[in-house]
Amino acid sequence: MKTQENIEQLKTDSDPELRMKTENLSVFYNNQQALFDLSLDIYSNKVTALIGPSGCGKSTFMRCLNRMNDYVEGCRVTGKVRLDGFDIYKDNIDTILLRQKVGMVFQKPNPFPKSIYENVAYGPKIHHLTQSHDELDALVEKTLQRVGLWDEVSDRLSAPGTSLSGGQQQRLCIARAIATQPEVLLMDEPCSALDPIATACIEELISELKEKFTIVIITHSMQQAERVSNHTAFFHMGHIVESGSTEKIFNTPKHQQTKDYIGGKFG
Amino acid sequence: MIRLFERRINIAVQRVKKKKSPFIYKSYSKKPKHRWLRKRKAQERRFKRAGMLAILISSLFLTSLAWNVFSGARSAFTEAQIKLSIDFQADLVEKKAYRKIVQNALLDLFPEVNSRKDKKHLFALISRNAPHVLRDSLEKDPTLLGTQQDIWLPASSSTSIFYKKSLTENAKRIGKITVTQVAWITQLTQTKQLRLRFNFSFFTNGDSREAEHAGILVSTIGSLLSILVCVAMAFPLGVATAIYLEEFAPKNWFTDFIEININNLAAVPSIIFGLLGLSIYLNLFGLPRSSSLVGGMVLSLLVLPVIVIATRNALRAVPPSIRNAAAALGATPTQVVFHHTLIYALPGIMTGVILSIARAFGETAPLLMIGMVAFIADVPKTFSDPATTLPVQVYLWANNPELGFVEKTAAAILVLLTFMVLINLLAVYIRRRFEIKW
Repeated sequence: MKTQENIEQLKTDSDPELRMKTENLSVFYNNQQALFDLSLDIYSNKVTALIGPSGCGKSTFMRCLNRMNDYVEGCRVTGKVRLDGFDIYKDNIDTILLRQKVGMVFQKPNPFPKSIYENVAYGPKIHHLTQSHDELDALVEKTLQRVGLWDEVSDRLSAPGTSLSGGQQQRLCIARAIATQPEVLLMDEPCSALDPIATACIEELISELKEKFTIVIITHSMQQAERVSNHTAFFHMGHIVESGSTEKIFNTPKHQQTKDYIGGKFG
Repeated sequence: MIRLFERRINIAVQRVKKKKSPFIYKSYSKKPKHRWLRKRKAQERRFKRAGMLAILISSLFLTSLAWNVFSGARSAFTEAQIKLSIDFQADLVEKKAYRKIVQNALLDLFPEVNSRKDKKHLFALISRNAPHVLRDSLEKDPTLLGTQQDIWLPASSSTSIFYKKSLTENAKRIGKITVTQVAWITQLTQTKQLRLRFNFSFFTNGDSREAEHAGILVSTIGSLLSILVCVAMAFPLGVATAIYLEEFAPKNWFTDFIEININNLAAVPSIIFGLLGLSIYLNLFGLPRSSSLVGGMVLSLLVLPVIVIATRNALRAVPPSIRNAAAALGATPTQVVFHHTLIYALPGIMTGVILSIARAFGETAPLLMIGMVAFIADVPKTFSDPATTLPVQVYLWANNPELGFVEKTAAAILVLLTFMVLINLLAVYIRRRFEIKW
């Protein structure tokens, strides 16, 4: 079996703590390089925060992790991105299954203009995760409970998802993403469009979700990164300047740039 | 710029010193003190007036058009009928000489008419269709045979028009009507043997050589059949094209080329499409001439680019974040389109399609080229039967100088406009009801 060989060949890392890993990852947009040889480890059941000024490549990096860059015109990726040891940029990788394993939450809440129920049930439906209607109903309820939305919307599941408030919409998007039962959850500035109360709610949710998922989060708020993350990577101009445990990055940064950015001197 | 600001601040400061609020300009009614303020206000006023003038002029045009059509069409919806005492003589019925029966009844009414010429004028009072009416009523009720009955028969178009005119004004002679005919009509009016009725036959008859007998049923059905063919062809083709170009096609010189060509096609004069239909559908494929099938196919060529453009715009209006959300959940590109983008774009697509149908409905020129301009009196039963459409019917009647056809033309235009208004209202309704606000 060729695939079996591939699996043996690809499974180089066997560290169970390590969920994802990039090796010499470079990204080009129409021959203009956006990321330069990035190597980063993402650990199981930990929150990894990506920080850095706008346009430094955080989002590009994140979109490499579930191959959403495939949809960007003129985007080329070199290097390796490993999920549980498998190189996800190999040809025999099914991007559909990959995206089921690696879910994503976007900056702006973008629920489908369908019912709240449909929003959550859509992922499980297309991946055939449930066998019956009852099972699907149970999954929707469980997922909405997990993001703390069930009590607020249980009586109006057929209302359109767009009728909710901003914070509720973002929690609905998180519910939608975790309903496909991913292993890794990518969050691209999930709180940037929310008020402080909704933000606190999402942050609490993140620390709960970390029990089950591996989370990568982009944030512009230093306090947020400090509060929710276990690991932090500081990006600048397409390079990872410094990465390591959040404590270390925030308390004893090695690079002057990191110190300045965290201290609010530039960015 | 900065100097302007300083000036404004100075003015404000001065106003505060004079204990006036700097921000409330009570001077809207008065003449402003400062030149720049006066200029700004004059500019606003000028622009507002120009806009009002534009609206005034366009509404003037519209009202004159509407008035023209309404006033011309009003009389076409009524027809004059003459009461005659009909003697259903068995021998004449046997010979199917219904015309003779009608003529006898007229001669009974006006026994003084003797000369050939006068008889001819007398018989022209009644519609040439009257014998058919007699036949029909006899078929419906055979017991009438051999009896004498008072029956209302349709008057001829010229009688009808004169009578309608004479009701409102002191008409002397109109069109082909003669002095003797005027006298007869006056007599009939006085004896209450002439009346006006709603003209149902306008909606239930096909085209006819006799103005009083001509109706729009055949052309309306022809229009509907053509539109059906047109939508059945253009809708799937146009929407599929738009989806492929917008969602799947790679952006390269070839798709750019296709896009430019589609935009150009939307601007091609419609008669060119008629020529295309003539040479390809009729000559090459050998499809039946002047049929609603070919008419619909030509119209579908016409609206195809419009549908493609409308669909692409509707698809483009769906924000990319929705596509990203679906793709990030692991939906395939086809699932993204059919579960999300297309569904959310559907109201916009439907609006575009309906508006392009309205355009196809009113199209005349291409249909002339494929022979739909023929005189057609029978209702088309299949798509390959000869047919004509409402606008073509208007064109045909408008070419006829007879007074009866002039009012029929106006009435047909009114019906056409009614259809247009209904179609457009449907489009507005769909947009209001189903549109998704992002």
